[in-house]
Amino acid sequence: MTTWIAFWNILKKDMRNYYLKPPNISWGIIFPVAWTLMVFLKSDGAMDIRGLLPGVMCLSVLFGTTSMLAVTITFERRSRSFERLLIAPIGLNFLMLAKTTGAIVFGLFNGFVPVVFALFMVELSGINWFLVLCGVFLIAVTSTFLGLFIAVSVSEVFEAQTFSNFFRFPMIFLCGLFIPVQILPVFLKPLSYIIPLTYGADILKTLINTTGHIGLPESFVVLTGFSVILFAVSTRNVKRKWIY
Amino acid sequence: MKILETHHLTKRYDCFTAVDGIDFTIHEGELFGLLGPNGAGKTTTINMLTGLARITAGSVKLKGFDCTRDITKAQSLMGIVPDESNLYEELDGFQNLCFCAALYGIPKRRRRQKAAELLDQFDLADARSKPFRAYSKGMKRKLTIAAGIIHAPKILFLDEPTTAIDVASARQIRQLIRSLNQTGTTILLTTHYIEEAERLCHRIAFLVGGKIVRLGTLSELMDEAQQENIIQFRLAGPVAQLELAVSREFPQFVTEISGDGIIRIKSQLPVNIMPFMRLFDRNNLDVYEAKIIRPSLEEVFVKVTGLEIAKMKQEKEKSKR
Repeated sequence: MTTWIAFWNILKKDMRNYYLKPPNISWGIIFPVAWTLMVFLKSDGAMDIRGLLPGVMCLSVLFGTTSMLAVTITFERRSRSFERLLIAPIGLNFLMLAKTTGAIVFGLFNGFVPVVFALFMVELSGINWFLVLCGVFLIAVTSTFLGLFIAVSVSEVFEAQTFSNFFRFPMIFLCGLFIPVQILPVFLKPLSYIIPLTYGADILKTLINTTGHIGLPESFVVLTGFSVILFAVSTRNVKRKWIY
Repeated sequence: MKILETHHLTKRYDCFTAVDGIDFTIHEGELFGLLGPNGAGKTTTINMLTGLARITAGSVKLKGFDCTRDITKAQSLMGIVPDESNLYEELDGFQNLCFCAALYGIPKRRRRQKAAELLDQFDLADARSKPFRAYSKGMKRKLTIAAGIIHAPKILFLDEPTTAIDVASARQIRQLIRSLNQTGTTILLTTHYIEEAERLCHRIAFLVGGKIVRLGTLSELMDEAQQENIIQFRLAGPVAQLELAVSREFPQFVTEISGDGIIRIKSQLPVNIMPFMRLFDRNNLDVYEAKIIRPSLEEVFVKVTGLEIAKMKQEKEKSKR
């Protein structure tokens, strides 16, 4: 009970202080719209919205979670308020889960903003929305833990942003959203299979457009594996670097 | 009854030893001071005790819990006020206190009530709704102390609580510390202000170069440093010719006379002042004051740490050879 009170209050504080601030809410809305417009204009209006949806959802989740988490944790670390959490009687794993849940919720919200816009423009019937929700949730969890990994690897807020892009931009082009993985050059194909977004994008492609090629169970398992590994490495880094 | 016990507590960073095998015990209700210059290892010691730094060697027991094995259990018994106020800038005073209470699992109604009480007690009720970033340094410090005690800890760690704040706020904080201790909170205070340790602490440990070089009550530390008894008289009248009379009549004492009517008598043995009073009376001198001169804690500290620094230098040179 004691730790759940702490968990809920850390989540509530983060939501109020970071994620529900007007600039971040508007980011959550503007960012997916900008991506949609960019891809739509590039395709001379030929690309269908439904075909575009998995990609925009993935990118919204990826950018929403990694940007926010990497910055907020680094910021709290710099101001030493993170130490207040480290000295509280909460296990480190539980604490890191409390700190990341806000970003996961934010990512989930970001992921469904494009769906709300798409509902006004195209027919979205025949989609298993429960599985889509599970898929977006898993993408949000993996991306958040990637953000956590970045946050504990750097010490300055600007480093967090730079380091995030080091992971994010190659992911965008290698995960099969713009260029299908099957037609990537042979030397790039292995790379696309070691990035989590490939599996997240494939889940959404399968569920929304039936164009995925990996298979739902495999993708869910691999994404869960990525989440576990990223979380374990990040908490280990916190122990090693912050409890010095 | 012991509340905290360290045994050979050590912290090493690569080849640098920040804390070098220190042993001390704190008893319930005690205000224990760790006094040392900057870089002596005070903050590192607190960090090890509170779980913010890994212990290289040795052990810490808090209320019987082995902190090296299960720091989380021990953390629920501790209140910690770090050397920098580290509450949340964007939260107001009341929200900050409620949040800190929630971290210790205090239910909502209780933490709101406790936060309001503490804001009153710390004279911060008017700043209750101000964001923390708008607080002055002294107010920030007070709120950080309030956050450290909101869960009624068994022991409070105060790391340099009055550093870098104005005199009035520092005085107010010292009063708060004293009243917290008087109401039963055990406190470990680190400071480099000697007079602060002198005014507040029941027992003091001198920490130099990561080692405890002396530990004891104020009077024990003073007694150790006091190698002679000094009595000082303040007289009115012609004192200049007195030196000769005193040294003739009391050859076993060393006499020092200064121009402003002050005469100091020094001896290895306790001094009986009555023969002196009679001598002054015979010489038509009025006595306005007679007092024992004790060394200040500062003098003791300088003396002790000076010796230890010299000793450490010698040891280093020996090991180089």
